[in-house]
Amino acid sequence: MTFRKYLVLAGITIFSTAGDSLLARGMKEFGGVNVSLHNLPSLLLAILNPWVTAGILLLLAFFTCYISALSWADLTYVLPATSLAYVLVALIGHFRLHEVISPTRWLGIMLIAAGVGFVAAGPSVTPTRHRESSPDVAEMES
Amino acid sequence: MNDLYAWSAIALIILASTTGDVLLSYSMKRVGDVGELWQQRGIMAVLARVLTTPTFALGLMAMAVAFYSLLFGLSWGNLSLVVPASASLTFVANAVAARIFLHERVGRRRWIAALLVAAGVALMAI
Repeated sequence: MTFRKYLVLAGITIFSTAGDSLLARGMKEFGGVNVSLHNLPSLLLAILNPWVTAGILLLLAFFTCYISALSWADLTYVLPATSLAYVLVALIGHFRLHEVISPTRWLGIMLIAAGVGFVAAGPSVTPTRHRESSPDVAEMES
Repeated sequence: MNDLYAWSAIALIILASTTGDVLLSYSMKRVGDVGELWQQRGIMAVLARVLTTPTFALGLMAMAVAFYSLLFGLSWGNLSLVVPASASLTFVANAVAARIFLHERVGRRRWIAALLVAAGVALMAI
C-alpha cells in the first residue's frame, strides 16, 4: 500500500459522503414532489439544480475511486473503507450541524471504526498466480 | 403482507448489490492496476480497457437493479428497516461471495471486520 492508494481510499469515503449530502440537499430544495417514474420530466429537471449536479459529479468521482481501488485491492478490503462514510456523515452532523448522536449510534460508529481498523491492518490483496507480483503481494506473504 | 414485500425487496437488494460488487471487482482485477496502466499507456487506454470488459457492464446493470429495488423497498417498508437491513446484510453477503467467487483470502481478520461493520451499520441506522 502506497500513500497514493490510501488517498484513493480516502477519496471513496469523502466523495461518497459529500456527494450524498449535496444530492440530499438538492432534492429537498427541489421540493416534496413525489419522485417516481410517473413524473419523469420533473426528475429530469432535478438534474438542473446546482446541488444535484454537484452531487452527481462527486458521486462519479466516488465511483472512479471505488473501481480503481478494486483494480489493486480485494473487495473485502475496499468495502469496509466505504462504510467509513456512515461515520463521517454522523460526525459532520454532530460537530457542524450540532445534531445529537444517541448512545446506540456512538456504539455503531465505534463498531464500524473497529472493523475498518481490523481490515486496514491486514493485507490489501490476495496473491494470485495470474497476477504479476507487486509489492502488496510480498507484503501479504511476509 | 407489506412485511413480506419489504423483505423480498431487501433480499433482492442484497442479491443485486452483491452480484454488482463481485462483477465490478472481478472486472477491475482483469483490467489490472489502473494507476500503473495510466502511467504506462495513458488515461484513454484505461477507459478503453474498462469499458470493453463485458462483466463491467453487467456489474453496472446489477447495481442499477439494486438501486431500483431500494426505491421499491422504501415504498413498501420503513426506511429504518430497509436501509440498515440491506446495507448490513450486504456486507456479510459480500464477504461470503468474495471468498467463493473471487477466491479472496477472507481470513479471521476480515470476517470479524465484516461482522463488526455490519453490526455497526445496523446500529447507526436505527
